[in-house]
Amino acid sequence: MSLLFIISAVLALLTTALAITRANPVHALLYFVLSLLCMAVIFFTLGAPFAAALQVIVYAGAIMVLFLFVVMMLALDKAAMGRERDWIARPVWVPPLLLIGLLATELGRRMLPRTVPTAPISVTPQAVGVKLFTTDLAAVELASMLLLAGLIAAFHLGRRDP
Amino acid sequence: MIAWPMSAGLALALFLLGLLGLLTRRNLIFVLMSIEIMLNATGLLFVTAGMRWGNPDGQIMLILVLNLAGAELALGLVLLLRLRGRLPTLDGDRATLLRDAP
Repeated sequence: MSLLFIISAVLALLTTALAITRANPVHALLYFVLSLLCMAVIFFTLGAPFAAALQVIVYAGAIMVLFLFVVMMLALDKAAMGRERDWIARPVWVPPLLLIGLLATELGRRMLPRTVPTAPISVTPQAVGVKLFTTDLAAVELASMLLLAGLIAAFHLGRRDP
Repeated sequence: MIAWPMSAGLALALFLLGLLGLLTRRNLIFVLMSIEIMLNATGLLFVTAGMRWGNPDGQIMLILVLNLAGAELALGLVLLLRLRGRLPTLDGDRATLLRDAP
């Protein structure tokens, strides 16, 4: 289980790093889908099978496919890709990398204190469902309102110009 | 045994990678994708915390993060399509239509 975790963690980091450095958006999105699938395996090894299933079905299956379809609709040209490649090659990465390194050391020291690691405690889908639909019902209502607002806004913004 | 600091560290690394992408890329598709990476890392941190204490709240928060990511991405993509109708490129720096005339 631990080996599976390490392998998928390395793969997730690698595919995410590849995703943010590609010039072609379709390639980048496919790498990101791979990273999401690795993340689903990680959720499974952490003892959260429901989260793993949601990650595969909703995130990789629905959200990313929507993203991919829209990117394919945009019909990217070669000139844009070449310009993108120029931008990746330029040293614009240096200041953000310094900033990220600083942030990583700070957060790493704060967030990962030297405590004794404990064994993961598995949470069944049943426990999640019971908690979600009894005590956390307000959160479900809020989520539904958010989705409705997103739906209406997407419908309104997506209309053709009169 | 999987130690939870390892998983939290992975979430931190993924979040920082997303932030790096957000800061360096100008193409709006990559900006949206970086935001998705960061949201996903947050979800991993929530699940890790839930696993640490054996509490279902972590996974419930992951469901809410998924909702948020879906709504955000739908709106972002619609805005992207609208912007593409007005501009020839998806370069974020070209979107200056609201700027005052110099």
